[in-house]
This record gives sequence, structure tokens and C-alpha cells, in this order.
Amino acid sequence: MDDTAALKKTPLHALHLSLGARMVPFAGYEMPVQYSAGVLKEHLQTRAGAGLFDVSHMGQVVVRAKSGRYEDAALALESLVPVDILGLAEGRQRYGFFTDENGGILDDLMITHLDDHLFVVVNAACKEADVAHMQKHIGDRCDISLLDRALVALQGPRAVDVLAELWADVAAMKFMDVRHCRLHDVSCLVSRSGYSGEDGFEISVPTNKAEDVARRLLEHPDAQPIGLGARDSLRLEAGLCLYGNDIDTTTTPVEAALEWAMQKARRTGGARAGDFPGAARILGELDNGATRRRVGLKPEGKAPVRGHSKLYADAEGKTEIGEVTSGGFGPSVEGPVAMGYVPVSHAAVGTQIYAEVRGKYLPATVAALPFITPTYKR
Amino acid sequence: MLKFTEEHEWLKLEDGVATVGITNYAVEQLGDLVFVELPEVGATFSKNDDAATVESVKAASEVYCPLDGEITEVNEAITADPSLVNSDPQGAGWFFKLKLKNPADADGLLDEAAYKEFTA
Repeated sequence: MDDTAALKKTPLHALHLSLGARMVPFAGYEMPVQYSAGVLKEHLQTRAGAGLFDVSHMGQVVVRAKSGRYEDAALALESLVPVDILGLAEGRQRYGFFTDENGGILDDLMITHLDDHLFVVVNAACKEADVAHMQKHIGDRCDISLLDRALVALQGPRAVDVLAELWADVAAMKFMDVRHCRLHDVSCLVSRSGYSGEDGFEISVPTNKAEDVARRLLEHPDAQPIGLGARDSLRLEAGLCLYGNDIDTTTTPVEAALEWAMQKARRTGGARAGDFPGAARILGELDNGATRRRVGLKPEGKAPVRGHSKLYADAEGKTEIGEVTSGGFGPSVEGPVAMGYVPVSHAAVGTQIYAEVRGKYLPATVAALPFITPTYKR
Repeated sequence: MLKFTEEHEWLKLEDGVATVGITNYAVEQLGDLVFVELPEVGATFSKNDDAATVESVKAASEVYCPLDGEITEVNEAITADPSLVNSDPQGAGWFFKLKLKNPADADGLLDEAAYKEFTA
């Protein structure tokens, strides 16, 4: 049976093929893993110039209160995420996550206050479940619709110059700003955000104009198409969680070191403390700490330490303490990098632990995240 | 004389010793290599044992021993710079030299034309 027959295609599928992409199945879609330049060059291109990524497989969702008031939509969504959404200024975006009753993470998402409603971007593999989750819990108060639109990410230090060719005003945007704009007469929604650790933008485009807009961005000499391979190594170097690897229903936000995404208003003593799934556990961990924690790991030597490698306290592999959740080679770091969970007793930066690779116990040092210096325009 | 395996190793045979590497085709599939782990000189392997490991940015892959034999030399240049395997897989990017237990076994491997057909 041809497995690719059942795979969905994004509006940029034909463009990928014309650019020489190698396509692979990913989250139910046929997606480009790399182009002819290869993962290493694509990664470095994004850190030095600008890379264009197709992220159209992700879910773009509008949450609109039946009352038509932003405040009602914000309060409804707050019942599902430990994030301050009521306090989110118009035209601003914030990272968050859906939690379950045990404090585990159902998905991570980007939440935007757009005019009188919320615009939410969720992971491809979770999008149907996320919409069902919202329908079930806030569907009585809000209309929830999964949009049929393309999404591209333009990432890297030259991204602003590339996008300015189509829309000069983009330079005035700050990190996590979101604006409606016209890119060569196509009505788009642009956020100054992304998942590479670089300055950059995510651009929501009408499906039938996606290839046109992508081609125009790629006309710039500083812009190159980038596949899933480099997307993964870029986000790993940036210390950003990949849902399904670094976070899932078995990890809580505090274990995942995502406290920064939970604002004061939703914490103990805050104006709207708690009142989200798993609040008892998550607030308890915010107040008292969790027993384990996601950390950065810098393996010594050259061997990459991959996801699911076991972590040990000792060089003999006697005391297992955790597991790598993402790991590989960091082209900008020029060496192996990884993230994983360890007990808080072993989570301090500089702690030496050991990772099992092909039966050997290789030393690795707990390292500060991110592995690169982000270039966000705050 | 060059021989090939269905696991995408190539062998150059000279006086019962095979210089072994991975093929152009294998390298194209793997993409940019970032790490190579070679066997130790003096180690003996049977056909299809894991003899070396290569890692691309994305994933690790094993390099199998193509025939029974003993490692007599390894190419340290590729552990220092794995990109040599990408740039010249069937030349400077060789992996190890293997003294064959039974040199005649090489006759059972693919020749260049057969390997070309196998990967077509």
C-alpha cells in the first residue's frame, strides 16, 4: 500500500516539489524535510540570512465569543490555559498550553488578541483534538473555527529586510506583535514570532495566494526555503519544546521549565488564579517546585545524543535518572546538543551526568538554555 | 576491483584486503554527516556485524561489516571531519581496511553494474 496516498498536502506542496524538496510524511501531511542545500546549510542559512518554512499543516483557529466581546472569549479560553489572556493587549501574541486535569500538557499554542476575537495557532498533530477540546469546554460561550489558510514562517536576521520588500511597515513591529497587512495586495496576518530562536515572522495567507506570496519572498537573494530537518535543529538549539517530544500529557509546565509562560494573574494570589485544568498540581509546583525538570544538555565529545537516550548519575550506568527528549547535532553550536528531564537534584547548570549511547555512558553537562543567543527584537 | 553490498557499502579489493566505505547513493540518502565512529584496529567482525556508526544531523545509522575479517586500518580523517564522507565517499571518505577471512567470499557481492541496477 502506498502510505503517501493518504497524506494531506499543504497549499505549497507544488512549490516544494519545484524547489527540489525531499518530501516525507509528517503529522499526516507530506512535508519537505530538506531541499537541495541540505539540513546543515539550511540551518546556517536561517541563522545568517533568512529561511522560509511551510508551517501550513499547523492549525489556525479563531475563537470568538458568542457575545462578540473580546473579554468573554479571553475568559473562556483562560478556563483551559494557565495564561493571562484577558490582559493580552490588542495586536499582541503570547505562548501558552492546554493542560489536562493531571496538570499534563495537551498541546502548546500561540494565542493572539486580534480585534474582538482570539486567533490561536496549534500543532498539526493535535489540531482536531484541540478544536474538540475547546468545543466541549467553551463551545457554549464561543464559536470555534479551524481556518483553511496557509501559514509560512520567515526566520532569521535578514527576515525583516526580506519581508520589507513586500510591506515596508514591518520594521516597526516588535517581538510578538501581530498586524493585518497586504503583501502584494494579498490580505495577510503577520506576527513577529517564530520557533527558530531568530528574529522572524509567521505569515498567515489565504490558501489560494500562498504560493504567490511564498514565491515573492523567495525572490529576495537572502531568502531560501528550509525544511523540517533544519526546523528541528534550529528549535532545539533555541531550547524550545517540541510537542510530543519534550512536552506531552506526562509532563507539567513547571517540570518543562515553562513558568515564564504563566503570568502572575493566573498564579497563587493573582487576580484570576487557578481555574484551569490541573490547576491544583500546577500552582503547587509553581509555589514549591516540581521533582524533576527539563534541562539543556551539552554532551562532551562529538557523538550526538538522540531522543530517548537514558540519562544516568554515574559513569557506570548504575543509577538511571531520566531520559533525553530531544537531541542531535547543533550546526550553529558545532557540536551535539540535547534536552531532557532530570531530578531537580541534578538540574543545576554545570552538573555532570551521563547519557547512554550504543552501550557507552558518555559524559554530558547540564547547560543553560538556549544554546544560541536569540535575536528577538523586543 | 570494486564490489558492493545491498546495505550500500563499497569494497576495493587488493591482495585479500578490502578498503571499505559507504556508497554515493548511501551518502545522498543520509545527507550531511556530523559524526563517524570507527571500529578499533585488530577487531574482528562477521559479515553484517555493526562495524561503524554514522550520524547525520537527523539520525544515526550503522555501517555493517561486508564480509568476515579483521580491521587492519581505520581512516581517522573522517572522524576528525565527517564531511569528507559527503564530499568524496568513494575516495578520501573510506572507513576501514578489512583483512578478509575468505577472500573468495567477495565473489558473492554485487559488481558495479549490479549495484547500479539495485539502486536504480
